[in-house]
Amino acid sequence: MSKVRVLVGTKKGAFVLTSDGKRDKWEVSGPHFAGWEIYHMKGSPVDPNRLYASQTSGWFGQIIQRSDDGGKTWQTPGGEPAKTPEGFPKGQSNKFAYDSSAETGKPLTTHQWYDGTQHPWEFKRVWHLEPSLTDANTVYAGVEDAALFRSTDGGTTWHELSGLRGHGTGPHWQPGAGGMCLHTIILDPSDPGRIYIAISAAGAFRTDDGGNTWKPINRGLRSQFIPDQDAEIGHCVHHIAMHPSRPGVLFMQKHWDVMRSDNAGDSWQEVSGNLPTDFGFAIDVHAHEPETIYVVPIKSDGEHFPPDGKLRVYRSRSGGNEWEPLTKGLPQSNCYVNVLRDAMAIDSLDSCGVYFGTTGGQVYLSADAGDNWAPIVRDLPAVLSVEVQTLP
Amino acid sequence: MIRVELPQHLRTLAQVSGEVKLEVEGRVTQRSVLDALEAAYPMLCGTIRDHVTHQRRPFLRFFACQEDLSHEPPDAPLPDAVASGDEPLLIIGAIAGG
Repeated sequence: MSKVRVLVGTKKGAFVLTSDGKRDKWEVSGPHFAGWEIYHMKGSPVDPNRLYASQTSGWFGQIIQRSDDGGKTWQTPGGEPAKTPEGFPKGQSNKFAYDSSAETGKPLTTHQWYDGTQHPWEFKRVWHLEPSLTDANTVYAGVEDAALFRSTDGGTTWHELSGLRGHGTGPHWQPGAGGMCLHTIILDPSDPGRIYIAISAAGAFRTDDGGNTWKPINRGLRSQFIPDQDAEIGHCVHHIAMHPSRPGVLFMQKHWDVMRSDNAGDSWQEVSGNLPTDFGFAIDVHAHEPETIYVVPIKSDGEHFPPDGKLRVYRSRSGGNEWEPLTKGLPQSNCYVNVLRDAMAIDSLDSCGVYFGTTGGQVYLSADAGDNWAPIVRDLPAVLSVEVQTLP
Repeated sequence: MIRVELPQHLRTLAQVSGEVKLEVEGRVTQRSVLDALEAAYPMLCGTIRDHVTHQRRPFLRFFACQEDLSHEPPDAPLPDAVASGDEPLLIIGAIAGG
């Protein structure tokens, strides 16, 4: 029988939740890395027992953790205190050094600071880890300040794909309220050269050549908070989702507005439709129905909680515009939690499971595609991210 | 032997308990002690000082012999009692966050 493994990153550690395919009885392990912020964990599609985790702290900075046994044990890649003929290894698995200009050695570019001046890029943390679809040792990292890094040695060393920062619009990027973070990485399963990424508050970008060259893909996005509402960059994209069977179709939860693109991001249309509010963070796609999508509407950018104190997932079976509230099993009064951008996930069992975590520490599951919900756990630290693996 | 006391989270990361003892060649300074610490425990690289600039992370302090040495130059000699191993170099996580 199939199994599922849910990887939960929280403000105070990581938790691994496991169940058989029925998904009614759960084992909870953790906290791993107790006391640290775990921004994101994700498993390799090639080797599901290979997990990567981003562990961060305001005191001690960034740590990358790797597991080769499905989360039972962890190590910092290349950080083992073992002397080799070449000497002790250098701990570089948490070294995210931005590229500089090959000609001058100076920073590749600067970005716009809050006061309108230009500011150098400064590494703060890894927001998202995206393992390769074809190689367990290759993994991408989206970081703050916004840049994309890649490791091809299992997270031991990292190198920036600096064509993103250097393509031209970098000096106009500026931080959103949560920092200038690259939080979304989507690998196209049909085209190894194509990668989508999203940055707050710069927008969405695409490469078609494996990360060497990039272009903004924000046409059709409108943002009231910037002087030119249709600007090429400057949009606060919160998250993007894609169904692997249709890699040219993208769904986006923007700061305000839910959007879709049917041409790989070349243009976007709003599909917020009848949502009670189109602000939110998380968005995802049903495993077997590429036109069925999920969002969790949040009241506003000033009030990061569900409207009316009712926690409702909204489902559209038509790829947007027409939405239905999903409430069974979710609190419908006095609920003031948030659901963050990387805190929703979908399993691929026959009866599709939908998972999301809240800043109140609950992880909810619907094992029937959203019709009925129940908490798996309800008293974790604030949940930052949720990923799920469907295992044989 | 130089004695270094790490904050709890770094002891967990380095998989050590209690003080760390290090052989330091040459002058005993912040830089030479941290070089030796990172060589013996590579997973600590980047957690105490920046990988590239080697600047101390903002929320960490270096104490020894009832003195705050955090703002001393990295190549300044540490107190004799640290160099002799009579006193540890304390790496302290600042009390921050409210």
